[in-house]
Amino acid sequence: MHNKSVAELSRELESGKISSVELIRDYLGRLKTEDEQLNSFITITEEQALADAHAADEQRAAGKATPWTGVPFAHKDIFCTNGVATTCGSKMLANFVPPYDATVTANFRKAGAVCLGKTNMDEFAMGSSTESSYFGATTNPWGLSRGEKRVPGGSSGGSAAAVAARLVPAATATDTGGSIRQPAALCGVTGLKPTYGRVSRYGMVAFASSLDQGGTMARTAEDNALMLNVMAGFDPKDSTSIDREVPDYTATLDEPLKGLRIGLPKEYFTGSLSAAMEEQVRSAIREYEKLGATVKEVSLPHANLAIAAYYVIAPAEASANLSRFDGARYGYRCEDPKDLLDMYTRTRAEGFGDEVKRRILVGTYALSAGYFDAYYLKAQKVRRLIQQDFINAFKEVDVLMSPTTPSPAFVQGEKTSDPVTMYLEDVFTIAINLAGIPAMSVPAGFVDGLPVGLQIIGDYFSEARLLNAAHQFQQVTDWHQREPQ
Amino acid sequence: MTISREDIEKVAVLARIRVEEEQVSALEKDLGNILDLVDQLGAADTESVEPMAHPLNAVQRLRPDEVTETNQREAFQAIAPATENGLYLVPRVIE
Repeated sequence: MHNKSVAELSRELESGKISSVELIRDYLGRLKTEDEQLNSFITITEEQALADAHAADEQRAAGKATPWTGVPFAHKDIFCTNGVATTCGSKMLANFVPPYDATVTANFRKAGAVCLGKTNMDEFAMGSSTESSYFGATTNPWGLSRGEKRVPGGSSGGSAAAVAARLVPAATATDTGGSIRQPAALCGVTGLKPTYGRVSRYGMVAFASSLDQGGTMARTAEDNALMLNVMAGFDPKDSTSIDREVPDYTATLDEPLKGLRIGLPKEYFTGSLSAAMEEQVRSAIREYEKLGATVKEVSLPHANLAIAAYYVIAPAEASANLSRFDGARYGYRCEDPKDLLDMYTRTRAEGFGDEVKRRILVGTYALSAGYFDAYYLKAQKVRRLIQQDFINAFKEVDVLMSPTTPSPAFVQGEKTSDPVTMYLEDVFTIAINLAGIPAMSVPAGFVDGLPVGLQIIGDYFSEARLLNAAHQFQQVTDWHQREPQ
Repeated sequence: MTISREDIEKVAVLARIRVEEEQVSALEKDLGNILDLVDQLGAADTESVEPMAHPLNAVQRLRPDEVTETNQREAFQAIAPATENGLYLVPRVIE
């Protein structure tokens, strides 16, 4: 049962072969035992899930079912859930129970999906390994059978590990610099970061507002399409949400790929990429050629500036966004503050972890008097150059393909001593956020028994085409069905 | 690019984060490394490039000036660290 996709579970519920209550009981039982070694969940909402499953069965009996009615899934603990703790992986929000739903949360609720709980993440989504969570690190299910404790990637590492370990068939995630695609790659699941503005950010705890985007994670491209059908759409509560029609993302999955023009950015096939990783990715691209696609090399001349631009823009925006955590209205407050300044400075010193503090300090520095032009303004200009590279590339090709990460899942603790080493993990994903375009990571092979991700990058609002390309690949390969032992 | 102890102390005050004396050296090293990474931006020729704020050049939408939210003070204050008579309590500001 736990190996079935959202689409398959939906069909079984529809046929009456199983009820949602039976299904959810089965998943909860497995989740509670299996997650002990992974720590992919921060909160399990057992009672609520069973109540929702009962309601789902009634909805279905009344003929009011959607494809999601009664199907289990999980939310990254960055999406506000009315009445259920939303911690963002931080001590600052460890006691925060939001009095409202994020739009994404409300959408899944309306569709009748059954949320089993909230998944672990790097604190405030700042990280690439899910080791900076206040609630402890998540372990990648791959490598466990060999006694290795590897990272699941991050920041959406809890969602990726949970989907890979079959604890849930799907989970929401967010991506500011690679936080959906990198963990999807490292855990061997399929993930999609949509176009900036496609999915509402309302009720999604803010990190860097001009880069943050909610997205999808599941084992198959088809399930990602089913998720995006629920998540995408204009939301007046998000001032940067885009008012544009939402297609049925499942409708075009079966279109043939004959004539698809694939570009390979030469800057993404150099440097830190290992030969073994490159071979897996090139072999995946050969599958696309067999499906009728054509391949050519393209160039993104400013690719090497993406990490530098990101580590000005993201910390600067974070320093502004996270100024709201001051101990006054909700969240953590230090003990016995002696005056207002003492309350602010100790609440923030005690409530935030090291990486979050580093980024707030860097961001504050970059925005401070005398440095704004040299850092923030300069980075925003470079950001336009990076965007222009993609616009030029999409004049010649339909999609770009590259590895998602330079190497497979690394061992816990390997990259925690130097922040910059961790930042380089996102070398192939970060430019996509700066440009605001959509991209996926699709399982494409293994190196040393660890999953490898193929990144597929598209032009603005080309999610349907990306999902189609991923789905067709998954009809002729079975990397996405491999299960960690 | 190096960042001095004085810079770190000043930025910590601006960011309202208490930094203990013994943490400054580690921050000097870590923030210095991050700023070294960021200094690569200097290599880019950005003469006549417009800074980018929104990928799709969207501008802020305005909505009609109508009341759309109901009062939820009790729900919001139920999760506050300290309240009294519908007000948020913080340490005394004026003696």
